[in-house]
Amino acid sequence: MRIEVDRDRCCGSGNCVLAAPEVFDQDEADGLVLLLRAAPPPEAVDRVRRAADVCPAGAIRLT
Amino acid sequence: MTATAATDLPLWPPTNPDHGPFALLDEAERGRLAGPVTRVRLATGSTAWLVTRHADVRQLLRHPGLSANFEKPGFPLLRPLPPQSEVDRQGGFIRMDGDEHTRLRRMLTAEFMIKNVRRIEPLIQRTVDESLDDLQAAGPPADLVEAFALPVPSMVICHLLGVPYADHAFFQARSRTLLDRTAPVDRVRTEVRELRDYLRELIVARQTGADASTDLISRLVRDRVATGQLSVDELVGMALLLLVAGHETTANMIGLSTLLLLREPGRLDALRENPDRAPALVEELLRYLSVVRTGLPRLALEDIEIGGRLIRAGEGVIAVLSLANRDPEVFGAADEFDPYQQAHQHLAFGFGVHQCIGQPLARAELRIALVELARRFPGLRTTATPEQVSTRDTSVVFGLNSLPVTW
Ligand code: SF4
Repeated sequence: MRIEVDRDRCCGSGNCVLAAPEVFDQDEADGLVLLLRAAPPPEAVDRVRRAADVCPAGAIRLT
Repeated sequence: MTATAATDLPLWPPTNPDHGPFALLDEAERGRLAGPVTRVRLATGSTAWLVTRHADVRQLLRHPGLSANFEKPGFPLLRPLPPQSEVDRQGGFIRMDGDEHTRLRRMLTAEFMIKNVRRIEPLIQRTVDESLDDLQAAGPPADLVEAFALPVPSMVICHLLGVPYADHAFFQARSRTLLDRTAPVDRVRTEVRELRDYLRELIVARQTGADASTDLISRLVRDRVATGQLSVDELVGMALLLLVAGHETTANMIGLSTLLLLREPGRLDALRENPDRAPALVEELLRYLSVVRTGLPRLALEDIEIGGRLIRAGEGVIAVLSLANRDPEVFGAADEFDPYQQAHQHLAFGFGVHQCIGQPLARAELRIALVELARRFPGLRTTATPEQVSTRDTSVVFGLNSLPVTW
């Protein structure tokens, strides 16, 4: 799985950070999403899917 | 659609409040309205499409072809819009679209992100502890809404914004009017202006004094207003949004949650014994209680297909978060409250780019308030049945007017 985030779309809701904190973070400066790793560890894959699902802005893409 | 035909449509929101605080609609209404996409008439005389399924609500609120701007002709208003001047709408970004919305919201996203809310948890904890001391001193019996549910989020948002809590009677009364669908428009306009004037004074005082405070208004004055990125009237509108949304929604969730937890013996005990289960419990409370029950109105700017219906450009749509949160396709026996439900997909905070900016704060306040209440008041019970409690049926944010408790 590869993860891409689109900071232009992100509205800083933080849902991704709640779902998978080892993969997503929020920028101190603007609160927008920061991707910590583009390839999630196996144990986080389900939660990354959940993060993409609950992202209100459609800012997370999984391929 | 002609006016004659419109009178045959079901009314939204329905007017029968006799179903208690936990059912969203009575059975007959639910049959007429649960659609999944139903044409309804509104008290303002316009019509709209009511969208109630979880998947449809998500699709709708994430769709770029819908506007949140109340002033656009055809917007499905739940109550008449008071006549507004240009100044009245400044800064109210929940009613803006596209770049205009993004520009203002982004000035606040860092403020309410999870990391920052974690930093202010000690403040929330202190506020909860002190309010519970007051509750203890006031009773038994006591009104939990007045003594606890309302003061906690009010004090927290005041502290964060830099608004004196001593003025709470003033802004709480006006917030209530603002959210009341049945309040006369003249009164709404007057009270919004009073709130705006009040906030403008606070802001101007910070511009003139040598202000070194670290509250949000002070920082926005220094970092955004003084640098020319934000006007005073825009900051007034943003502060107004945060002040109203910051205490009304959470206060109603605390009151309703307490009533729900007290309904079955053992629920508060379980919370006291397993406080680490509190975050999941909070999600299920948000799902099940969904305080924004009348839904989120939007205007279609282009033709959009939702739930098999073609919604045409210029038509109104209402995304009913509360019914979507009871969608059995997603939540199984969705009309039951289930503390073990995996409720993370709920839409209580909305969806799309307007999703509640304060959700990490709301979650933390709810969690800390309920855990401490369970810990400090093991014998808490209510002296009213759910049918007897007085509910806020005409408010955009549903809740309890009061909750008589004893211990
Ligand atoms: S869930 Fe989506 S909108 Fe929210 S912070 Fe993450 S990427 Fe941004």
